[in-house]
Amino acid sequence: MNVMRLPKEPAAKTIADARADFPILGEKVHGVPLIYLDSAASAQKPRAVIAAMVETMERQYANVHRGLHWMSERATDAYEAARVAVARLLNAREPEEIVFVRNSTEAINLVAHSYGRGVLEPGQALLISEMEHHSNIVPWQLLRDERGTGLRVVPVTDAGELDLSAYERLLAAGPVGLVSITHMSNVLGTVTPAERIIRLAHEAGAKVLLDGSQAIVHRPVDVQALDVDFYAFTGHKLYGPTGIGVLWARRELLERMPPFLGGGEMISEVTFERSRWAPVPHKFEAGTPAIVEAIGLGAAIRYLEEIGYPAITAHEAALTEHALARLASVEGLRVLGQAQDRGGVVSFAFERIHAHDVATLLDRSGIAVRAGHHCAEPLMRRFGLDSTARASFALYTTSGEIDALADALAKVREFFH
Amino acid sequence: MFGDLADLYQEVILEHSQRPRHGKRLACFDASAKGDNPMCGDRVQVFVKHAPDGAIADVGFEARGCAISVASADLMAEVVRGRSAAEVKEIAGKFRALARTGHSGNPDDEALEALQPLAGVHSYPSRVKCATLAWHALLAALQGRKEASSE
Repeated sequence: MNVMRLPKEPAAKTIADARADFPILGEKVHGVPLIYLDSAASAQKPRAVIAAMVETMERQYANVHRGLHWMSERATDAYEAARVAVARLLNAREPEEIVFVRNSTEAINLVAHSYGRGVLEPGQALLISEMEHHSNIVPWQLLRDERGTGLRVVPVTDAGELDLSAYERLLAAGPVGLVSITHMSNVLGTVTPAERIIRLAHEAGAKVLLDGSQAIVHRPVDVQALDVDFYAFTGHKLYGPTGIGVLWARRELLERMPPFLGGGEMISEVTFERSRWAPVPHKFEAGTPAIVEAIGLGAAIRYLEEIGYPAITAHEAALTEHALARLASVEGLRVLGQAQDRGGVVSFAFERIHAHDVATLLDRSGIAVRAGHHCAEPLMRRFGLDSTARASFALYTTSGEIDALADALAKVREFFH
Repeated sequence: MFGDLADLYQEVILEHSQRPRHGKRLACFDASAKGDNPMCGDRVQVFVKHAPDGAIADVGFEARGCAISVASADLMAEVVRGRSAAEVKEIAGKFRALARTGHSGNPDDEALEALQPLAGVHSYPSRVKCATLAWHALLAALQGRKEASSE
């Protein structure tokens, strides 16, 4: 009797399998296996992303949106499919609310330029927090310096959380047009209470931009459930390539905002007297976009969907808990922040050993961490430090790697004493 | 476990970084300049006291930075004492070569011999600026500038 052999449904990918999907994690540095704890700066890439980008360039590459030939149509389909993948990731109402940019920095600059200069009313202030990355500080300072727009800063508590009572006071201290705050600190790992921030801002008549560069790597994000107005993130921290980032905004906001950059792709008609803009999102995508990179980001999102956020969040929560416990037992080590809600980022400092010396020693043990001010100088000053070392975790991080970090840190201390 | 790091962090370096002998602001000084490395956040301010003949009588510094930058500033303060501005400029040039290549070109030079423990930084390109920061600040001070220009 013939038994029909049906192809098996591929099992959902597990976290334990996932590590093998990242070729670089098999590399050695200084003759020892790489322990990559710098994913918050930039994550490593799974084969699926690398393959999608190579496949695009080898088999279906041309410029997009000029679809008079087969190749261009295929490339356009793949590019727009990436936009659909991002819309699904964020639970956006429609793919047209997804604007492809270079990175989070460009997304925030786009909002500062187009919303800040085009929609924000005179007298409306901006609100940021003390734990912002420089990319969510400097664009607003430029706007303030140009327009005289008020810029208020919400302080951070000793525990490394947003001071919510100060936030309410600052919202009440005069009209606020836009609150631009991180969804998760790149230094402290603190996840900010986004729903509350947004509800209070809306009650005060302000819009909210969340910088999701870190948060979206660790947590599912639903822009409709959050009721947020703008959401920015970058592809390279989300296991995608560099050079591609996302600005999501409500369609009605994107439609009210004037263009950011002018050029090809963003117009519907050009004469020397005037030009008419293409509909959103193309109005904000001047010039040939990062086609291959957008397709790579789409592949990264599909890869994450295979694993699923519940597994990623649970894995990283366990790692973070393990790391906090292990680091607490390293003599003389101070861990920054004790936020209730935190993701897989831990900053630490020895009282008498500079972070760069720590990083150099760890590097020789194969352990890659970031050391410095993490592009968050005001936050460093808040905690009375010039620099910290930072370990950050990803879906491919193992608890054994965290043990190796803690053991090496104990030896760092011995080395300098 | 850190094997070859002993080349970078020699005993002399650790000693000078943990207990710098000149790591203080001079009570009275004739010139001063700051240097900072915005990439890593290292900061140093150098204070210079001149002797009547114009040579350097004393150098002190305040630094916030890594072991390499503090030790380098402290060794520099020892080496430049009693030297003229022209001599300091020459030593600074040779030291920069030492930090970048591991060789100063003149191993018999007394000043360079004292700075030799820092030769190990040449294998760590990201740390070369840590070693040269105080020298940039000192040269700026000797030229009457308040801030070192970065390389």
